Amino acid sequence: MSNKYIWATGVILLLVIAMMACQKMLPRAPADDRLLDGPVAELSTEQHIQFLRGDVAFNDEVFTAETGLGPLFIATSCGSCHAGDGKGHPFTTLTRFGQPDTLGNRFLQRGGPQLQHRALPGFLPEQLPAGATFSRFMPPANTGLGFLDAVPDAELLKHADPDDADGDGISGRPNWIPLPGYGSLRPDAIQRNGRYIGRFGKKAAVYDLLQQTASAYNQDMGITSAYEPHDTYSGQAIDPEIGTSKVLDVVFYLKTLKAPLQRNAENPEVKAGRQLFLELRCSSCHVPELKTGYSPVAALSFKVFYPYTDLLLHDMGPELNDGYTEGTALPEEWRTPPLWGLGLSMNAQGGKYFLMHDGRAGSIREAILMHGGEAQQSRNRFRQLTEPEQQQLLWFLESL
Amino acid sequence: MKRFFLLSMLLAIAGIAAAQRDTALFKRIVPDSGRLHMNMDAVYNRPFVQAGKLPATLGGYVEANSAYFSENGVSEGLSFQLPRLTLFVASTIRQRIKFLSEIELEEGGREINIEFASVDVELDPLLNFRGGIIMNPIGAFNQNHDGPKWEFISRPVAATTIIPATWSTVGFGVFGKYAQDNWVWAYEAYLSNGFDDKIINNNQNRTWMPASKTNAERFEESFNGAPLITLKGAVRHRRFGEVGISWMGGVYNKYREDGIDLDQKRRVDFLALDYNTRLSKWNTAITGEWVWAFIGVPPTYTQQYGRRQQGGFIDLVQPVIQQPMLGWNQATINVALRGEYADYNVGRFIETGGNIYDQVTAIVPGISFRPSGQTVLRANYRYAWHRDLLGNPAKKIAGFQFGISTYF
Repeated sequence: MSNKYIWATGVILLLVIAMMACQKMLPRAPADDRLLDGPVAELSTEQHIQFLRGDVAFNDEVFTAETGLGPLFIATSCGSCHAGDGKGHPFTTLTRFGQPDTLGNRFLQRGGPQLQHRALPGFLPEQLPAGATFSRFMPPANTGLGFLDAVPDAELLKHADPDDADGDGISGRPNWIPLPGYGSLRPDAIQRNGRYIGRFGKKAAVYDLLQQTASAYNQDMGITSAYEPHDTYSGQAIDPEIGTSKVLDVVFYLKTLKAPLQRNAENPEVKAGRQLFLELRCSSCHVPELKTGYSPVAALSFKVFYPYTDLLLHDMGPELNDGYTEGTALPEEWRTPPLWGLGLSMNAQGGKYFLMHDGRAGSIREAILMHGGEAQQSRNRFRQLTEPEQQQLLWFLESL
Repeated sequence: MKRFFLLSMLLAIAGIAAAQRDTALFKRIVPDSGRLHMNMDAVYNRPFVQAGKLPATLGGYVEANSAYFSENGVSEGLSFQLPRLTLFVASTIRQRIKFLSEIELEEGGREINIEFASVDVELDPLLNFRGGIIMNPIGAFNQNHDGPKWEFISRPVAATTIIPATWSTVGFGVFGKYAQDNWVWAYEAYLSNGFDDKIINNNQNRTWMPASKTNAERFEESFNGAPLITLKGAVRHRRFGEVGISWMGGVYNKYREDGIDLDQKRRVDFLALDYNTRLSKWNTAITGEWVWAFIGVPPTYTQQYGRRQQGGFIDLVQPVIQQPMLGWNQATINVALRGEYADYNVGRFIETGGNIYDQVTAIVPGISFRPSGQTVLRANYRYAWHRDLLGNPAKKIAGFQFGISTYF
């Protein structure tokens, strides 16, 4: 064999080895503050393993007719509604119907409270019953839910002012809800007339992440579990279509998703925007800082975090009153949504903003201007800002 | 039965290997390179070995790869694969009556598929009858997919996920060719068993044609009693190359059972264009294929499952060194480039009017070394962008592949 061929072979081999070694030709990981998914820091190895199990069940498991989907449903997987663990898209918006006041849902026997508007071939999807009030709910981001879950009831009540005793026009109050027949109370749970403080969902009508998860499997995908055994099509209790351990894995996954990280926090414009946020008293409802109590997950225990919510109900005025409600919330009352992760919403919503409870706002500015009721004063103050000041506030919100 | 057949073939090939000590006992049948071959000839255009007076010829190919990929900066490390080992058996039963078969072991034997097993009866060059397990002639790759023929380790995305190559099923049909001067015209027409409703009821969360391949019952009975029709016409010119147009369509859902109507008939249809040529001036090979798929999805089902799909690929292969190397007289070094695209959900959201994405775009440069036409060592670099249904920032997946594929 001539030297020429030995050289040629050597060059090809070197080329292949160089290619294999060249990390620069591989895509880089996005910066951590650009992603909503990922676990909280300081999980143990066992907890990481359960997190990964939950991640697979949440993001990769797709239900089919054979595995229990439907026959009436809204989505085929958890991940369909929460791309990258972010907010949903109008394509996955839920319709809830049947409860116009605090007296309860009058359409529970007619498919309420959630409309399953999609169906397996051969089945007819649910139709909105005549006369039922309804509202559309955009799926929320999943990030940091474990921190919100671990805030003690007493901490939430500190921010409540149901009768506006301080006269600032802001009167947050909890949604007192009955517990589902499963799950367990928080150690410091506060009870009032047999009801407890709800903290998840647009109307804060969900007690904890177990209720949220079991209900979403059932109402969104038509999947029964030991917790929610009733088939949404027949109304009959049927065999569980998902195991309890998998539900708990998903709950753990949701509980241990990291909190979104603020970007550009030291930028002077962003800092100025934050100051305006406080001055306009947006922070009366969108409370910047909360603290968790004890959690069996050490990474969530006694932590200060920055969700920009008080998890309480506020009157948002007639323009946001869809005539539908849940629990003891009035139709014009909405739970303050967390603002963390707001600037990353577009990365989960197909490059556009779909904000407010039903995605009706196409930008953060539009969303601010839709605030009414208790937030009307803050909205008016925003309008009075100069254009550069408004932009500073928007940059701050985008940094969250 | 399939395993027994497989075992018999392996023993036969082992016998041939033993016979190679006495070269008078076996004969290697090399494809005739002087004729104008078309994609439809791929099942004939393979190297076979005939042992002594054995009435059958045997062959096959194997592929082995290694890959190192990273998805958005996270890598699962280096892995090694044997994606397929394929065995061929062919036999001339009588004059103008032939049996050909292709049995594929995928993923180290986890899947064993009879991809092709048909009897061809030549009534006239223009009219041949074929029956058995056929590879439906939709596009070109489905019929012409042998690993050693390609400079790329991964199969084309659109040709394997929109057209679910290798898509084969049981059926009958006719084919024929007519050659004149520098031209060859060809046609194929088949009736076969078809798809099933797994294409819109699967764990991929999208309309996914390969899901029907998991239904092995299609080799025993039709899912719904409605035949899948496949038609293809192609023309080849010695200088300009081959162009083909093909259509495949049929009802995929179970619309009736035990005489009870369950649903309306829902169709799946494919239309494909394929082209290949070799530029005589530079000896550059160009191969391309594009497919459109139309799926009748119930309007009340989720938009997650696409009503239309489209995609294709184009391969450019440029020989850069062709000369004896390392003792191989017909060795070649090629550089190659593939561009490919697949859109699994062509359409717009009802709710917003915005575009539905669910797309893959990839670019694959590579180099290959062919000691002979039947063996290829190849190294590829693949960079792919995966956009989800909503069109969120693309997931970037890139990596290196190295592999060997050879006929035997």
